Amino acid sequence: MKFTSLGQGGGYNLPACHMLKLSGFHILLDCPLDLSALTIFSPISCTSLYDEEEEMVDLISLEPYYKTVEGVQLWNVSLIDVVLISSPMGMLGLPFLTRTKGFSAKIYATEATTRLSEFMMKDLVAMHMEFKQRYGPHKNSFFEFFNWEKLESLPPSLKDILLGKDSTQLGSWMPLYSAGDVKECLQKVESVVYAQETCYNGSLIIKAFSSGLEIGACNWSLKSPKRNISYISRSIFTSGVAMDFDLHALIGTDVLIYSDFSNSENGSNQELEGDDDDDDLLLDCENERCEEMEKLKFICLCCMDSVKSGGSVLIPSGRLSIVLQLLELLALHLDSSDLKVPIFIISSVAEELLAYTCIIPEWLCKDRQDKMYSGKPVFDYEELIKEKKIHVFPTLDSRELLMMWQEPCIVICPHWSLRLGPAVHLLKRWHSDPNSLLVLEEGVDTDLALLPFKPLSMKVLECSFTSGIKLEKVPQLLKMLQPKQILVPDYAKPFLEPLSNSLPCLFYTESEPLCLPKSKNLCELHISSNVASKLKNKEMRMSRLKGQLYVEHGKHYLVEGKKAKGLEIGPLVHWGKVDLESLLVGLEKIGVKGSNECGSNVVNVVDPGKGLIELKETSVVISVGDESLALLISNLVHSLLNGI
Amino acid sequence: MAIECLVLGAGQEVGKSCVIISIHGKRIMFDCGMHMGYSDHRRYPDFSLISQSGDFNAAVSCIIITHFHLDHIGALPYFTEVCGYTGPIYMTYPTKALAPLMLEDYRKVMVGRGEEQQFTHENILDCMKKVTAVDLKQNVQVDKDLQIRAYYAGHVLGAAMFYACVEGSGIVYTGDYNMTPDRHLGAAQIDRLQLDLLITESTYATTIRDSKYAREREFLKAVHKCVANGGKVLIPTFALGRAQELCILLDDYWERMNLKVPIYFSAGLTIQANLYYKVLINWTSQKVKDTYATRNAFDFKNVHSFDRSLLDAPGPCVLFATPGMISGGFSLEVFKHWAPCESNLITLPGYCVAGTVGHKLMSGKPTKVDLDKDTQIDVRCQIHQLSFSPHTDAKGIMDLVKFLSPKHVVLVHGEKPKMDLLKAKIKSELGIDCCDPANTETVSFSSTRFEISDASNAFIRSSLTPNFKFPKDEITDMPSLHVHDERVSEGILTRVDGKKLKVIHQDEVVTMVGGVKTEVEFCYCFGLKLCNLKSIRVFDSDDDGLIGALNLKLSDEFGDLGLRVCLEKGRLEVNSFRVWICKNDECPHRIDGDWCSEHVFFCCNWSVLDNKKETTVFCWPIKYRELVTLFPSHLWKFQDGGDVNGDNRAVTQATAGSRRITIRRRWKADYARSSSWPCFGTAWSV
Repeated sequence: MKFTSLGQGGGYNLPACHMLKLSGFHILLDCPLDLSALTIFSPISCTSLYDEEEEMVDLISLEPYYKTVEGVQLWNVSLIDVVLISSPMGMLGLPFLTRTKGFSAKIYATEATTRLSEFMMKDLVAMHMEFKQRYGPHKNSFFEFFNWEKLESLPPSLKDILLGKDSTQLGSWMPLYSAGDVKECLQKVESVVYAQETCYNGSLIIKAFSSGLEIGACNWSLKSPKRNISYISRSIFTSGVAMDFDLHALIGTDVLIYSDFSNSENGSNQELEGDDDDDDLLLDCENERCEEMEKLKFICLCCMDSVKSGGSVLIPSGRLSIVLQLLELLALHLDSSDLKVPIFIISSVAEELLAYTCIIPEWLCKDRQDKMYSGKPVFDYEELIKEKKIHVFPTLDSRELLMMWQEPCIVICPHWSLRLGPAVHLLKRWHSDPNSLLVLEEGVDTDLALLPFKPLSMKVLECSFTSGIKLEKVPQLLKMLQPKQILVPDYAKPFLEPLSNSLPCLFYTESEPLCLPKSKNLCELHISSNVASKLKNKEMRMSRLKGQLYVEHGKHYLVEGKKAKGLEIGPLVHWGKVDLESLLVGLEKIGVKGSNECGSNVVNVVDPGKGLIELKETSVVISVGDESLALLISNLVHSLLNGI
Repeated sequence: MAIECLVLGAGQEVGKSCVIISIHGKRIMFDCGMHMGYSDHRRYPDFSLISQSGDFNAAVSCIIITHFHLDHIGALPYFTEVCGYTGPIYMTYPTKALAPLMLEDYRKVMVGRGEEQQFTHENILDCMKKVTAVDLKQNVQVDKDLQIRAYYAGHVLGAAMFYACVEGSGIVYTGDYNMTPDRHLGAAQIDRLQLDLLITESTYATTIRDSKYAREREFLKAVHKCVANGGKVLIPTFALGRAQELCILLDDYWERMNLKVPIYFSAGLTIQANLYYKVLINWTSQKVKDTYATRNAFDFKNVHSFDRSLLDAPGPCVLFATPGMISGGFSLEVFKHWAPCESNLITLPGYCVAGTVGHKLMSGKPTKVDLDKDTQIDVRCQIHQLSFSPHTDAKGIMDLVKFLSPKHVVLVHGEKPKMDLLKAKIKSELGIDCCDPANTETVSFSSTRFEISDASNAFIRSSLTPNFKFPKDEITDMPSLHVHDERVSEGILTRVDGKKLKVIHQDEVVTMVGGVKTEVEFCYCFGLKLCNLKSIRVFDSDDDGLIGALNLKLSDEFGDLGLRVCLEKGRLEVNSFRVWICKNDECPHRIDGDWCSEHVFFCCNWSVLDNKKETTVFCWPIKYRELVTLFPSHLWKFQDGGDVNGDNRAVTQATAGSRRITIRRRWKADYARSSSWPCFGTAWSV
């Protein structure tokens, strides 16, 4: 087993990406797109804000390229056997792979993940199209634009993003895929449901279990004949929308690959309490969930304030579960403060996306499911849309939207690093209004993201949502899962190393392969009862076994072979020693006359035929002229040896 | 170990489906239904047969409900809340959502009829709280050994077939299923599984149904004609399933024909059911599913809820009213009002139980229907029968049984005479054991069981190494195009410490027992007078030449058998057999015969393994022609003998003076059986 981390990710939008080699198969875990890198491009609609020259200095004024994970690009795609996608964000880079010649891997993702990322990719393609249509094709393409001088003259913040920390990542930039590429990619995805067993190549059993991060997001359990592996991507214990983190299914594996360290910067100096049981763990999660709700409520309150003061609110976010909860809360707050402010959802896929979330109760958390059972809609916005409190439009220039546009209003739209889509236009409109409010998720380089919209007088509310398990809970979780070996990213080293006697951790570094020694586990063999009939006897210590071996669904079976051959074979392996005395006695018994010269280990046979038996250190040599006599003697020798 | 199948309900009848399966110590209850035809103790399965003591938690590992029809779930609240079962219960999401509606509806009817209610509203709610909802194809580990999985059954929304597996022994219980897609549901779908037992419904054990489209058209035509003439259409149905299917049909037709006649749903119940259908649209057919984004197919445009005041309102309309079969309630009330008018239409979809008004209407064309002693209704309206039934037909059952090819089949949920016919058909056409136990009967079957053992790497490797053979065609004597790869795994099964089993390769045995391996070998040295042989004279002085000539000949022969002849350091080797020219005048293995200096000696040895191993052939097939070249005929006299030992071997004897060589040849077919003494070089002097 070999494990290579190709990218350790960052935040919700950029999940980690790894390559795992397990029993000869290359398995790619997630294939994301670094959307935050989009910030180096200038959203050209801003040109009117500035003089041409001034703008050129700050940001790159080109049709955007997209930054993929470098390590994936360096890999020969035809070598990849399996791709596992853990979350909708983990699929955004996949069309780049699937459109590459030679790609033949099997892609597994949950049904919901596939659909949600389909929506995201469609929207991304549409927004990119809109960008191109609005501003026309660029004279320069990305790579023509850059020469060394230009690269050198870039401000360091841009250069870092463009080239990466070690200045090697220019090759990971790609022009966006087309709608056709997306379609083709999705056709290749094999959809599964949670806990469904799928089998790759007869020997690798793959199962997805909910991770709680997002609707359809999952952790994976891989079972090869000799090793059980679980992969934990970003997980949330209890979420208000998606199904809870299913950790029981991941207990007791041979290797646990842990790649969820959401907030590694804080908490490392905290004292750990080692002896908590899992009740506490789950209780904590409940608190966490409450905190999360408080955060959302706070955002709503801020929105109310700014709406009351006549400003509009812009909430660009790509996190479906947060948006869905915010929608419900915002409507409640608007109601309770008796405000008649419309909520607009503007996205090319919003309508379909919202409709989709209404028909997948199987993927939602328990509370939502209970709502479904009691005959209520799983999400309130269905009603709210009917009551005309929420309006859904595909684009900003929809006719109906223009007809009913009013300010102040609350707009929810996709994030796309504030470079594509409605967010750009609305920021342009509101950036100088001090009453307006921008709600942003922490994590993206906010300064750079907001650079084209400066000077900024609108309020900016930066908030962070849980997008993984808190660092201080990790040891507790790991202990509960009881893996025999844990792989954790190296940046968790200072935190986990002191615990190494209770947690068998290995630390992996980006793009450095980590080899695990061959598993000492033995294959489990299922022997059909007619083949193993001799086993009924409990006394039996050893017996020959014959049958046909086949591997199905990751299990080895030994069943009765087709041909039943009549001849019973004698012992094939012998051990022990023949001693001269007993040989001579034995020969006499079967009526063979032989004599032994004193001191030698040779028996001369004289009757019924001439012959010679020689006893050597590890062998017995029989040399007789007659066939039947030879058989007679060899049978005797067998009886004196142990054999099977 | 055996699988035991106890049929508590739906054995040779339709109603109160309930089957208890015991496999390897686990007991699973499939369905827990009630019988609509009885109101005494016979309406529920006889649970006392499961456990005399009434400790159902110990007796039953889990309950699996296939769909929400009352004959499959009706007794569940009674079993959990009154009998006290608290173990796990599994059903699909839609079943969990819709079952309470059905149960509550039934409870209300019972109360309405003045019967003693078997369970309360709270009982239903409490019961449903214990249910674990599952998704299709989701693997559910009930406990360490028991695993279950649901497959799409297409009978009603959320209907599923269930697969259960304990220690390698798998069974499938189909519940009700439909192998052909209908208006809103897809066809049943299942993986090819290794099954010991298949329990299938057999409602239509002998019927083969035609396409539904003709009947749909007929239905639409009848309804259209009626409303066009200003008549009212009554469709008595149950709340879930059929109502939605017909409604999709009508709604679609209304759109196409641009009809404005209102379609009504009677009680709030059906409207509410539509809400569930909307949320659970993923469980319908692909075509309906795809409508979710644009307009959910269960968002009926032309459907309104019915108000009692509209009962005698003028003008045409279509009304879906519960319950079906016009067995009482609102549909009966509407029937009373509408039946006397000629322009009205009553459409009866599906089966009607004897004793109901629906049944009376379906059997013949009555002009009067007696409701009770005092009331008699004139029936002047038209009656239209619609035989839509979401059950599979005989062909579907046969297809499923053939597809799954289980070791045994049990038929339930059907009528005895028809089941007998189907049973005979399954036995004769598919050769699968089949039975149809009656209620309370138990049948047993043998089960597949695997012994679990560890397997050493060497064993697995040796078993996975290809063992290619290119057999010659018997007739043409040319290599055929078939490549045989028969891998017979041979290993040694051991029990470590009297407990854990382990399979190892034979090479590992000695290490395991800690002994020293001892070889048993045969040796033989003999002489041939070759100086007289003219053809060999060329290399007569050269031993290597002699061996080389032999090598060529043998390679030629053994190549066909897939054995490799190697020449190494003056030795010829085939498997463990080695032959070389012996220079040692005192060779201890030169046993008998009187040799002279003209003889060239060949010494050979071989392991006892090759002497015994059935697959190795050491009867070297030297062809007559080659004999002649090796031992030229002007010196040697040849004589072909027939069956010397009566075991098919041809014997060729070559004599030159007192010297005789016996060559035993075996026929090809004989090689495999050979446990022979190597023939080559067995030159006996007489």
